[in-house]
Amino acid sequence: MSILILAEHDGSQLNPATAKTISCAAAIGGAIDVLVLGDAIDSVAAQAASLQGVNRVLATSAPHLAAPLAVNHAAELAAAADGYSHLLGPSSTYGKDVIPHAAALLGVNQVSDIMAVDGPRAFKRPIYAGNAIVDVNVPDDQIVVGTARTASWKAASDGGSGSVEARPAAAEAAAHTRFVGLESGGGDRPDLQTADVVVSGGRALGSSENFELIYRLADKLGAGVGASRAAVDAGYVPNDMQVGQTGKIIAPDLYLAVGISGAIQHLTGIKDAGTIVAVNKDADAPIFEIADIGLVGDLFSVVPELEQLLD
Amino acid sequence: MKILVGIKRAVDYNVRIRVRSDGSGVETDGVKMSINPFDEIALEEALRIKEAGKAEEVIVVSIGGDEVQQQLRTGLAMGADRAIQVNTDEALQPLTVARIFAALAEQEHAGIVFLGKQAIDDDSNQVGQMTAAVWGRPQATFASKVDIDGASARVTREVDAGLETIEIDLPAVITSDLRLNEPRFVKLPDIMKAKRKPLDVVTIDALGGHAGNGISAGHHAAPDARSRGIMVEDAAALVGELKNRGLL
Ligand SMILES: Cc1cc2nc3c(=O)[nH]c(=O)nc-3n(C[C@H](O)[C@H](O)[C@H](O)COP(=O)(O)OP(=O)(O)OC[C@H]3O[C@@H](n4cnc5c(N)ncnc54)[C@H](O)[C@@H]3O)c2cc1C
Ligand SMILES: Nc1ncnc2c1ncn2[C@@H]1O[C@H](COP(=O)(O)O)[C@@H](O)[C@H]1O
Repeated sequence: MSILILAEHDGSQLNPATAKTISCAAAIGGAIDVLVLGDAIDSVAAQAASLQGVNRVLATSAPHLAAPLAVNHAAELAAAADGYSHLLGPSSTYGKDVIPHAAALLGVNQVSDIMAVDGPRAFKRPIYAGNAIVDVNVPDDQIVVGTARTASWKAASDGGSGSVEARPAAAEAAAHTRFVGLESGGGDRPDLQTADVVVSGGRALGSSENFELIYRLADKLGAGVGASRAAVDAGYVPNDMQVGQTGKIIAPDLYLAVGISGAIQHLTGIKDAGTIVAVNKDADAPIFEIADIGLVGDLFSVVPELEQLLD
Repeated sequence: MKILVGIKRAVDYNVRIRVRSDGSGVETDGVKMSINPFDEIALEEALRIKEAGKAEEVIVVSIGGDEVQQQLRTGLAMGADRAIQVNTDEALQPLTVARIFAALAEQEHAGIVFLGKQAIDDDSNQVGQMTAAVWGRPQATFASKVDIDGASARVTREVDAGLETIEIDLPAVITSDLRLNEPRFVKLPDIMKAKRKPLDVVTIDALGGHAGNGISAGHHAAPDARSRGIMVEDAAALVGELKNRGLL
């Protein structure tokens, strides 16, 4: 068995989702190679090679691969797949965009969101927003293509010593798709997907000004900041902060849900959190059914109090 | 330009999902079924593009047994011009669905195949990307804004890092994210009118869609449930409890 992993990065830093995908691959077993696609990516390739368990890094550098356009990246991934028994990527928006496209080029279906490995071709994955877990099997005669549900896997640690090889681009740029730009919402707070502590605010905050309360509390805790869909839709915060079925699936040690009712689509995103704390003024809010510690109260008084107590 | 819109019949998003006790699947008997929410958004966007004079025809497509006609009629009532049911009772794999959409796109000379970013039953998030690959055309997934400009489209995409904008030449596949729009409500007269709109039934074989050897689903289990924890009185008690547990 040999596994090829599609690395995710921003041009200079390897995304931690890659190290998590490596842990999923390690559970499958076999030699692990990593494909890095981009332009001038020596440093990213070196970071990938230093992850525990990585055998070889294939680095394909070309100007048209600088932007993460799925058509271009999937063409490279499919071309590099020859000889591998498994192709894996993270189930981030990047992985979800590229991997199914590559799977179709290879003529196979994909296993989305692998949360557990039962055998080289047997996996568990969530369906119905995580309300059911299904066992799936990939037939013997085809390459396994899948995405790893990042919240289910711990990041592989550093200390590996894989080799790095340049791999020339296999395909030309697709003329029909052009990258225009990326507008990044994130500030310099800890990344939502890797932070140990996350504080999220919901519709109850009422405005982007009031959301400052959440930011201030988060800063006291050194936490990442998330939000419910309602808060994002209302324009209090940017879309990249949404936690849940259609946002980010996260697994911090501590999650504080403030003014969030606990809709099933939101809970899907925090199922794997260590400890869930909920602050809500409605004692019957569904969030309390799953919260480890609940506090019934008005967030506009509770949050400032918490902030003071943490001084 | 014609726009094909994928409509999947799925368990309504408000239904509390129960796994069957024998592990054979999720209970769907007597459960409310609806259009997959992302598909409703895709259809709304297609209708707006048509209303802006940038498309002539909106065709809703569903692959499944006769029960999917219910969702197709809802799509017609929302404003689609006609509907196609690709008739099959088999359990579908994303690649099969993608091959059908690619074949239909060719047949109909579609300018856009507009799909949902994911079906909320299988949560695969694959069909749009696979359709683009099979069809050999651009893909713009997770769209939160779509501007059609002649033969191309500028699409804003919701990605982990923020909002990405790309430009694609048509024909192309676009998949909708939740913030693309708010779908309209269906009015009673529209439901009556929809009964007279054309709904064609074609066989899956006519579209050569079988992907063959697919991934098989076995046992289904309910997820490990989180249980209700403790309640604390006030902020000070909360901080105390967090300290006790070594979380602060
Ligand atoms: C297909 C689909 C996908 C979805 N995906 C997601 C997703 O990924 N993530 C997500 O979050 N949602 C998602 N949703 C939406 C979800 O169903 C809910 O609508 C949303 O999570 C509600 O957000 P909320 O809890 O902030 O708002 P509400 O449900 O309105 O809850 C607000 C809460 O704040 C409390 N409150 C009000 N004032 C105060 C106060 N002063 N102090 C304390 N508490 C107060 C209220 O008691 C209430 O419980 C999705 C929906 C669909 C249909
Ligand atoms: N049986 C189907 N009939 C019509 N459209 C479908 C079907 N299955 C999937 N789709 C479309 O493909 C999208 C993505 O589905 P999936 O990749 O299965 O999550 C859905 O939102 C639909 O637009």
